[in-house]
Amino acid sequence: MEFFNNHKKLFRTAFLFFAGLTVFVAILPALSNQKNNKPLPAAEALSEDAVKGKNIYIANGCVACHTQQVRNVDMDKVWGTRPGMAADYAGIHRTDIWRNTATLMGTERTGPDLTDIGNRQPSRDWNLVHLFNPRIVVKESVMPAYPWLFSITKQPAKGDVTVNVPEAYLNGEDGKVVASKDALYLIAYLQSLKQTKLTGGILAADFLYKREQKQAGTATAAKDIDGTALYTANCQSCHQPNGEGLPGAFPPLKGSPVVNGDNLELYVGIIMNGYDARADYGVMPPVGTNANLNAAEIAAIMNHERSAWGNNAKKVTEEEIKKIMDFVKLQAPK
Amino acid sequence: MQVCFKEIRPKWLLPAFICLPITVLAQSQSAGFSPSPDIIGLMVLLMVVLLAILFAALYLSFEVKGLVAKMRDKKTGNSTHQFEKYLKNMNSRQIEMVLKLKHQQHGLHKNAQSSGSIKSVVLIGNTALAALFPVDSLFAQTKTTNAGIFTDGGILITITLILIPILAAILLLIIKLSNMLRKQRDRQDLDDAALFADYLSTLTEEEGTEVLAKRKAALDYKLTHHELSGEKEPDDKKGLVGNIETEGYINFIARKKKAQKRPNIDPQLSKLILWYFGCAALWLLFGTTIGEYVGIKFVAPDVDHISWLSFGRLRPVHTNAVFWGWASLGMLGLGYYIVPRVSNTPLASIKKGWYALYLINAAVILGTIFLMAGINNGGGEYREYIWPVMLLFGIGLILTLINFIQTIAKRQTKEIYISNWYIVSAIMFALTITAVAYIPVWQDGLGETIIQGYYMHQGVGMWFMLFTLGIVYYMLPQQLNRPIYSYSLGILAFWTQILFYTLIGTHHFVFSSIPWWLQTVAIVGSVGMIIPVVAGTTNFIMTFKGAWHKIAGSYTLPFFLVGIIFYFTGSLQGTAEAFRSTNLMWHFTDFTVAHSHLTMYGIICFFLWAGMYAVIPRLTGKEAPQVTVGAHFWLALIGLMFYTVPLMIGSTLRGQMWIAGKPFIDTVVHMAPYWLWRAIGGSLMWLSHIFFAYNFYKMISRYETVDVKEAALEKLQLQMTAPGKIV
Repeated sequence: MEFFNNHKKLFRTAFLFFAGLTVFVAILPALSNQKNNKPLPAAEALSEDAVKGKNIYIANGCVACHTQQVRNVDMDKVWGTRPGMAADYAGIHRTDIWRNTATLMGTERTGPDLTDIGNRQPSRDWNLVHLFNPRIVVKESVMPAYPWLFSITKQPAKGDVTVNVPEAYLNGEDGKVVASKDALYLIAYLQSLKQTKLTGGILAADFLYKREQKQAGTATAAKDIDGTALYTANCQSCHQPNGEGLPGAFPPLKGSPVVNGDNLELYVGIIMNGYDARADYGVMPPVGTNANLNAAEIAAIMNHERSAWGNNAKKVTEEEIKKIMDFVKLQAPK
Repeated sequence: MQVCFKEIRPKWLLPAFICLPITVLAQSQSAGFSPSPDIIGLMVLLMVVLLAILFAALYLSFEVKGLVAKMRDKKTGNSTHQFEKYLKNMNSRQIEMVLKLKHQQHGLHKNAQSSGSIKSVVLIGNTALAALFPVDSLFAQTKTTNAGIFTDGGILITITLILIPILAAILLLIIKLSNMLRKQRDRQDLDDAALFADYLSTLTEEEGTEVLAKRKAALDYKLTHHELSGEKEPDDKKGLVGNIETEGYINFIARKKKAQKRPNIDPQLSKLILWYFGCAALWLLFGTTIGEYVGIKFVAPDVDHISWLSFGRLRPVHTNAVFWGWASLGMLGLGYYIVPRVSNTPLASIKKGWYALYLINAAVILGTIFLMAGINNGGGEYREYIWPVMLLFGIGLILTLINFIQTIAKRQTKEIYISNWYIVSAIMFALTITAVAYIPVWQDGLGETIIQGYYMHQGVGMWFMLFTLGIVYYMLPQQLNRPIYSYSLGILAFWTQILFYTLIGTHHFVFSSIPWWLQTVAIVGSVGMIIPVVAGTTNFIMTFKGAWHKIAGSYTLPFFLVGIIFYFTGSLQGTAEAFRSTNLMWHFTDFTVAHSHLTMYGIICFFLWAGMYAVIPRLTGKEAPQVTVGAHFWLALIGLMFYTVPLMIGSTLRGQMWIAGKPFIDTVVHMAPYWLWRAIGGSLMWLSHIFFAYNFYKMISRYETVDVKEAALEKLQLQMTAPGKIV
C-alpha cells in the first residue's frame, strides 16, 4: 500500500491521530475545567506565610506520600466532611515562572490525606514536634524527620518558637530546639488546609460505596463501636498509646481527674470544643466536632479512656452523652 | 513380630479411646442428636477399614499362592524346564564362569543331588494366623469406638486422627508380612540355585558347552564405531564447522550460542551507540541506587537527616533518572542501531546523535541536582523537572526525530519496516506530551490534574512502551532468525494502541473531582487496551512458535520472553486496576508502585537488556561472560518478584483496611513487613544491575585475552616483515 510506504503520509497521519485525541481527551477538558470553575464563595486565599509554606511543601516532595483530595467514596469520609469538587482547586494558579500549578492532589497515600488537616490537627505544638521527628509523637510513623528546619541553641532569643523535644531525639546536643522560619511557614500552610464550607445552596456530592451500617438499634450499635480504634484514629497521636501524653506538650489521660471524674460536661466539652486552659500544655483542637463524631462514638472513646491504662471509672452511656453534647454545643466558640 | 504388635497397639488407641466419648458427650449437650448422618458416617468409616483389610488380605493371599505354586512345581519335578530358561538368560560373564568351571570339572566325579526341604510350609501357616489375629482385633476396637456422633468438625477430626494409626497399623502389618514372605521366597530361590548348580555340573559337552560358547560369542559382539563414517578422517572443505570443542567438560552452566559475526557497522555509529548504552547503564546504576535507598527509608526512616537526601526529594530523582536517563537513553541507543539497519542506509547525521546524547545527559544531571536542592515543577509525577531542564531533553528528542526521519527518507527499502513506525511515532508523541505538559495555558486548577493524568500515562505508554515495541519488532525476529509472525497484527496493535492508550490517562484520578465522564472514558480506554496488548503478545509468542528450543541455547531470548510475559500480565493488570471497584481497594496504595515496577522493569528494562546483549557483541565483537549474564537475569527476575508480589498482597490488605475504616496508623504498621520485602527484592534487583554494568564493561573492554593462534600469526608476520631480526 502506498500509504504504508510513504513516510510523510504515515507519520503525519499517526501524529495527527494522536494530537487530535490529545486535544479531545486532555486539552479541551482542561480548558473547559479552568473556565467553568470559580473558587467557592467561602474560600479564603492563602496567607503570605502559608504561600511560603506551600513552596516548602512542594520543594520537599511531600506530595509523594500525602494526597489532597477527598474522593466521593465512603472510605474517604475520614479525610473531610464532603467530597472534593473542582471549585476547591479553581483558585490554584501557576506557582511562578519556573514552576507549574501545584494542585498537589497526589496519587499515593503512604501518609494521611491532608485536605482538611488544618481542622483535624490544628495544634502548632504538635505539628512542630511531629515535623522535627514524627516518631516522637507517632512511634510507628515512617515519615521523614525534618530536623534541618530547626536549630538547637542554648539561649533562644526573644520571640523564638521553641519546641519541646525529648532528649532522646536530640542526638546528644544540648539546648533548646527552635523552629526556623521555614518550619513555621510550613505549619502555617498545614494549618490553612481546611475544606471550604459550602454556602449559598451549593450541594456536595454524595459519598459512594457506603459501608453497611448495623442498624439494629442505637443501643446495640454503641456496643459494637470500637472505642480503642477511634482513640487510635483521633486521640492517640497526642495523648499516645499509653495514655501518658507527652511531657510539656500533651497532658496524660492516665490518672487524669477529668477523664476519671464525674464532671462529664467538662470532659465532653473538651472533646467537642477543644481546650486551652493550661499554659503548661498545647492547645487542644475540637477533635469531636472536627471528626464529626456522634454521641455513640464519643461514649465509646470516653469508655475506652475511662477503662484503659489503669483508669477505672464508671462507664458512660450514649444517652447521657447525647444530652451533654446538645448542652455543650451551645458553649461552642462561634 | 506378633508380640511386637500386641505391645504397641494399646498405646496408640488408648488416648483416642478416652478422647472420643468426651467429645461425644460435649456434642450431645450442645447440638441435637441426629441419627442419619451418624449411620452414614459409621458406614463410611467401616467401609474404609474394611477396604483396607480387604486389600491387605487380597495381597497376602496372592503372595502366598505364588509361594505355594512354586513349591508344588518343585515337588512334581518340573524344574528341568525352568533350568533351561535360566541357561538361556545368562550373560557373558556368567557363561564364561560356567565354561571355566566345566573345564576344571571335566573328569571329576558327579555329585549326588540333594532334595529341597518342606519345612517352610509350617511357617507360612503361622504367618497367616498372625495376619488374621491383629487385624481382627483392630476391627473389633474401631467398631466400639465409633458409636459417636458425626455432626461437626471436631468429631470428624477425631475420627480421622483415630483412622490414621489404624490404617498405619494395617500398612505396617502388610509390610512386615510381605517381608516375611520375601525371606521365604529367597530361601526357596537359594534352594533352586543349588539345584541349578547341580544341573549345570551334569551338562555334557555336546548338549551344553558348545551352545554356551556360541552364545557367549554373540553376547560379546561389539560395533567398531566406524560402520557409518568409514575409516577416513573428517574433512571440512567448505568451512561449515566452527567453534570445535576437543575436551568434554561438565556443564555447570548451560552453554549458550555465541553471537554471530555480522558485517561491520560504521565504527563512528558503533561508538555513538555504545556511548548511549554506557550513559544509560550509568543512569541505571545511579537511579536504582537512589531507588534502593528510598526503599530502605520505608524500613529505616531515620537513616539520615540530610535535606538533599530526604525521601520526598529523592523519590523523583529515582523515577526521573531511570526514566529519562536509563530507559530513554537505552532505547535511543537501540534506535540508532535499528533505524538505519532496517532502512538499509547509513544514519543521516552522527553529529546530531551526539548532540542529543549531550542534551539528554545534561537534562538528567541538572534535573537531579535541582530536585535534590528542592527545586521542582510542582506535584506532577514524572514532570518534576522544571521546564528549562525538560527543554534540554525536548531539544535532544527533536534532534533525534529529525535524524531518524531523514534516515528513513533516504531508505534503500521500499517499505518502512514496522519498527520504524513505532520508534518514530514514539518520539513524536513524547514531544507532544512534553509540550502539552509544560505549556501553562491549560494548567489552572483542575486543568493541571487532567493534563497530569494524560501526561504521566502517555509518558509510559507512548514513549517507553511504543519505542520498546519497535525495538522488539526488530530484535526478536533477528534473535530467533525467523520473520515476525504477522505484520498485520503489528499494524493493528499500532493503531489501537494510539486509539486506546491516549484515552486512559485520567484513570489515575478515578473518584477525584475531575469530570465523571472523563474518568469513564479513561476506564473504557483501559479495557480497550486489551486489543493492542493481546495482538502484540500473540504476535511475539507466535514468532517464537517452533523455535522455543532456541531459548535454552540463547542468553538474549530469556530476556525477551520475560519481557513478553510481563507485557501481557503487566498491561492487563493495568486494565484491571482501572475499574472503579478495584480503584476503591488499590488506589493510593503501593499496588500502583508494584504495577509500575512490573511494567517499567518487567517489560521495558528486560526488553532493553535483551536488545543490548544482542547488539553490543555485534558492535565490539566481544561477549559478556555467560555466568554473569545469567546472574543478571535471575537476580533481576527474582528480585522483581520479591519486590512486587509482597507489595501487591500488602497493599490489597491495606486498601481493605481503609475500606473497613481502620485507623490510618494501623495500616502503616500493617505495611511494615511488606515494605521490608520490597527492600529485599529491590536489593536483588540492584545487585543484578551491578552484574549488568560488569557485563557491559566486559563487552566493551579494550583488554583482550591472548589468543594463541592470533599471537603466533602476529609473531610470524613480524618475522616475515623484519627478516633482519631472524637469528
